[in-house]
Amino acid sequence: MSNGSDDRMAQAGPGTAGLNRSALTSTPKIRMRGVRKAFGPKRVLDGVDLDVAAGQGVVILGGSGSGKSVTIKCILGLITPDEGVIEIDGVDVLRLPRREREALGDRIGMLFQNGALFDSLPVWENVCFKLLAQNRITRAKARDRAVEVLAQVGLAETVGDLSPAELSGGMQKRVALARAIAAQPDIIFFDEPTTGLDPIMGAVIDGLIVDCVKRLGATAVSITHDMASARRIGETAAMIHKGRIVWTGPAGNLGHSGNAMVDQFANGEREGPIQMELRR
Amino acid sequence: MAAILLDPLAAIGRATLGACRAVGDVALFALEGVSHLVRPPFYGRLFWRAFLEVAWFSLPVVALTAVFTGMVLALQSYTGFARFNAQSAIASVVVISLVRELGPVLAALMVAGRIGASFAAEIGTMRVTDQIDALTTLSTNPMKYLVAPRLLAATLALPLLVLVADVLGVMGGWLIGTLKLGFVSAAYLKSTFDFLQTGDVISGLVKAAAFGFIIALMGTWCGYRSKGGAQGVGGATTAAVVASSILILALDYVLTEIFFAQ
Repeated sequence: MSNGSDDRMAQAGPGTAGLNRSALTSTPKIRMRGVRKAFGPKRVLDGVDLDVAAGQGVVILGGSGSGKSVTIKCILGLITPDEGVIEIDGVDVLRLPRREREALGDRIGMLFQNGALFDSLPVWENVCFKLLAQNRITRAKARDRAVEVLAQVGLAETVGDLSPAELSGGMQKRVALARAIAAQPDIIFFDEPTTGLDPIMGAVIDGLIVDCVKRLGATAVSITHDMASARRIGETAAMIHKGRIVWTGPAGNLGHSGNAMVDQFANGEREGPIQMELRR
Repeated sequence: MAAILLDPLAAIGRATLGACRAVGDVALFALEGVSHLVRPPFYGRLFWRAFLEVAWFSLPVVALTAVFTGMVLALQSYTGFARFNAQSAIASVVVISLVRELGPVLAALMVAGRIGASFAAEIGTMRVTDQIDALTTLSTNPMKYLVAPRLLAATLALPLLVLVADVLGVMGGWLIGTLKLGFVSAAYLKSTFDFLQTGDVISGLVKAAAFGFIIALMGTWCGYRSKGGAQGVGGATTAAVVASSILILALDYVLTEIFFAQ
């Protein structure tokens, strides 16, 4: 860990200590240091430092365009950062050979914002896609497994034969959650899991996420700007602003964290240190 | 003043650099796609699905094109050759034109419109709806899953389609020759087979395989690189059809030079 990174973490806020302590006592499940990424002249990540302890549920908060999605896409290997270190279980994933990197993906699940279900496949094949694609299971067994996982997210067996296009938004999210957990990953990422859902369905999805993560004993990293969802699914929250983590702390403290940026964001206040860039 | 003079040059420079980048990107994309054909895992179901889509579902449009082309060719040849009392050459002209050139090129252009557009639209939609990223997170290489089976399927399916197109095109010529132009059926067919050589058929099939590869390559590449939502997917689809059509015609010239130039 660079000194610069330590300084930034120490300045961040009251919740940072918890994360640093876990980082010192054991190898974090996920460790990011000085991660930078620019698209042309636009710098999206400007030195992201983040530790996520094993089994922890971390919520990354931030406004639109603050770099939340790019952060998790960098961890997932969907985007290659320009600089920095990303470690999973102490292994620098950016320097892993491609085959080992792909093997690492076997331990990771991801729920995309819009579900990203494969519309050419029925629901049950979507759910067990990873197991089928790697020939880890026969099609008959995959179907049974899909029914089992669909039940875990509250969906009936008959849903398995439907096409994703035939499902409502809430059902698509549940199928996407089922797909993310079907291969029993030990790290799961959730990208805006409640976006586009009504508040009740949002709460249902959050409940399912918490249950599934607990059942698997997985490490969960979520990104959201839905405060109610953040409090429900996160134990720890990290606030990203202008490509940097500016605060980390308990998710329960959101809204009264003592950090002006976090409190403004959590309470949805117009006035404060975060100024929206509006063209007049 | 200097800016007015330099702006067009800068635009030409940008376009040239963009074209060079695109050519390099297509070449690397093709190499990667082909490399996945020889490295497991293999997705047999996806290959057969793509093969069926290219070979079976394109058959009606290719068959109709071939039959009418053969018929028109016989009529046009008759109109021209009658001036020189060379009507007896019509059967050979029809078969040679079809097997060497028109069969492969017209079948490929039809398939480019149908399959190239379909590949680009499907993969482009997957790109803009995060389905390709989802493949990666599900430990599945998108190039292996989406591109390699389509490259192989189109490369193998086009020669079969062209073989059918050759037969149907000759049949179209024979129909016009015997029913309208007064040729004796046996004489027309004898003339057809006397002039046809194995090399003509093989050169047509090799062209077809190359065109099939180009169609799948441009369709998957344009789709894979698409961005910007529905408009981006529409643009990718158009680009796939235009690029593959032009490349088919250009490659046809190159292959004809290789096979037949003295």
